[in-house]
Amino acid sequence: MALSGIQIYKMLPRTNCKDCGFPTCLAFAMKLAAKQVELALCPHVSDESKAELAESSAPPIRLVTLSANGNSVKAGNEVVMFRHEKTFYNMPGLFLRVKDDLSPEAIKAAIAPAEAFKVNYVGIDLTMDGFAVESVSGDPATFAAAVKATRGATKRPLVLISGDAAVMAAGLEQLDGEAPLICSANSDNWEAMADLAKSHKAALTVSATSLDELAELTGKISAKGVEDLVLDPAFRQLNSSLIAATQIRRLALRKNFRALGYPMITFPGDAGDVGRVSVQAAQAIAKYAGFVVIDEFLPEMVYPLLVLRQNIYTDPQKPIQVQPGLYEINNPTADSPLLVTTNFSITYFSVANEVEGAGLPAWLLVTEAEGMSVLTAWAAGKFDSERIAKDVKRFGVAEKINKKQIVLPGHVAVLSGELEEDMPGWEIRVGPREAVDLPGFMRDAL
Amino acid sequence: MPIEIPKDKWPGSVREITLGATAADGGTRTSTVTVGGEKALPYMHFEAQMPHKPVIALEIRDRLPDDWSTLLLEHWGDTAKDPAAWAKAAEATGVELLQLTLSLTDADGNPNTPENAVAVVKSVLAATGLPLLVFGTGQAEMDNVLLVAVAEATQGERLVLGICEDKNYRTIVAAAMANGHLVNGRTPMDVNLSKQLNILISDMGLPMDRILMDPTTGALGYGIEYGFSVMERLRMAALQGDSMTQQPMLVTPGFEAWKTKESKVGKDVPAEWGDWLKRAIHWETMTATALIESGADIVVLRHPESVKRIRVAIDELSAVPEMA
Repeated sequence: MALSGIQIYKMLPRTNCKDCGFPTCLAFAMKLAAKQVELALCPHVSDESKAELAESSAPPIRLVTLSANGNSVKAGNEVVMFRHEKTFYNMPGLFLRVKDDLSPEAIKAAIAPAEAFKVNYVGIDLTMDGFAVESVSGDPATFAAAVKATRGATKRPLVLISGDAAVMAAGLEQLDGEAPLICSANSDNWEAMADLAKSHKAALTVSATSLDELAELTGKISAKGVEDLVLDPAFRQLNSSLIAATQIRRLALRKNFRALGYPMITFPGDAGDVGRVSVQAAQAIAKYAGFVVIDEFLPEMVYPLLVLRQNIYTDPQKPIQVQPGLYEINNPTADSPLLVTTNFSITYFSVANEVEGAGLPAWLLVTEAEGMSVLTAWAAGKFDSERIAKDVKRFGVAEKINKKQIVLPGHVAVLSGELEEDMPGWEIRVGPREAVDLPGFMRDAL
Repeated sequence: MPIEIPKDKWPGSVREITLGATAADGGTRTSTVTVGGEKALPYMHFEAQMPHKPVIALEIRDRLPDDWSTLLLEHWGDTAKDPAAWAKAAEATGVELLQLTLSLTDADGNPNTPENAVAVVKSVLAATGLPLLVFGTGQAEMDNVLLVAVAEATQGERLVLGICEDKNYRTIVAAAMANGHLVNGRTPMDVNLSKQLNILISDMGLPMDRILMDPTTGALGYGIEYGFSVMERLRMAALQGDSMTQQPMLVTPGFEAWKTKESKVGKDVPAEWGDWLKRAIHWETMTATALIESGADIVVLRHPESVKRIRVAIDELSAVPEMA
């Protein structure tokens, strides 16, 4: 539980020496409680207090980072149950699993398309985050060969899966200098797995089907000095996994329950049927997973999953904006019409999508409106005739088109008079209020 | 010592609303559907029993749509030319509800008429025993004319009349009140606007057990995060006891998902988008999944394969697991 300013104050020297830069120890304590300063600023604090304060200021859900060859995937450090309360921070990593019953060549072939996959969404390149290798052979040499083949086909972080410590050790030897995730420690093998995690600096998944058992295991393992843990509440149904994920996150955030204060991993790939896999993966993304493992690389499923992840992890306080500028839709020519809208991403995409979908060439001028929609921006004075005229100049619109005509969104028809004054020589047209009516308007009225 | 699981105890609950009326209640439906009644956040079975599962509606049109993805048109084929046949085929997919959407014009471009709207609604009611949602064209003046005529011609059926917005709620609500129907109040992704419309509608005297709320959503990739969070906030407000947010929620992921480029367009798109039909189904399914996680009581879909997947998801989520 986070400590209050007063509780922190009691652990400070209470000499008001000002060495920290604050006038009193109490003032410093208040800043510490608000997480605005670091304890290191106080040169006189006791080691005992230091340890206690460090413990209380640790994030309720530990940040676990997997890394390899300069690539990394982070999970944890979340602070809310619902994105509207603040935001979700670390997007769950999407991993593709291969098994060691495939030959090294087959493994490379399975990985290649997922490794190369890169798809653009609102200007962001979305990719897979890494790969998982599972031992079904139970044979250390076979597993080592599979891990080696995987490492040869990708530079991204890996997850190694085997309940057998000897098999796992053989796999880990292939990954020197990396921070992979190994799966899984359970009540039978936890000591050996913890030793491996420690000696290879790997993160360790802990798997159990009850929260009590999970917490007991993480307690024992962290006592052995392995801190980077990942939880697998091993339910494979939507209802039980949703409840387990919710309970774990609540215990961590509300009760600061350290034993379950770790990110979670899910295995939608286990569901087999593509319909269930996609739904389970979507639920995992919406509800608290840190790592999501699928078994089949299907671009038509991976693309929407990555988009969903992007959407859910968008900071609600900072709507995604598009870059203001002059956008080309369907290869416009100098005779194509000019439309104008704001740089709120949804506004932009609704307009661009309608026009693009209808196959109509057009120029779309996106003005700087601080990421607000047309009506909101107009009400806030961020989408007015002055700004439109300025951006027409700034983006050299007049040089691109023959006919000096601009189409305003119907919601701001009221701007047309002013715009005629600010843009002499231009014909101001009022378009429809909704993007969906644009294609009809463009066909019939332009 | 076993872990003590933090449980939320909410003072409020979602209203129960029954759609459709059987002969015993003055209608002609062979089944009715009840939604709502939740006393906890979605699927938190360890906190409260969930009295009703979310339900699925399939959307059909009064005529062959000219703005639908060709994938949908290919799927339905000639069936989509006859609303009654389409309704039967839709019922066969196992949905609990049908949503009939009226078009602005007929196939020749002439404006839709109340006579035509009534005839189509009656043919659909004759073809299926499922409760029906009748949605207007989205143009307030036209909907006032069409939906009033439909409401009068189907008295006692407990249809859901939509789209009931701030622009036209007075007419639609009056028609629902006079003829024993329900309304679907739609507002654009804003908690306060949803609440305000519920207040306006109930101020006219329509009982609260005849109002669904449609907070609107964006499709996956096109603003779903706004719909998702507005729904989570509305559901929390309802559970906290804010009476004017306690209506079951209806959303239209089918409509939203199928107007995206990812679903509509198969040519000249990035190869990374994968197979067109499979992608479109994923788009609809994942949009719907996110919305049932955030509290949807009714999801309106368009493709039977999505219906199948969301059915499995709802059944799995709604079953009480052993651990709870």
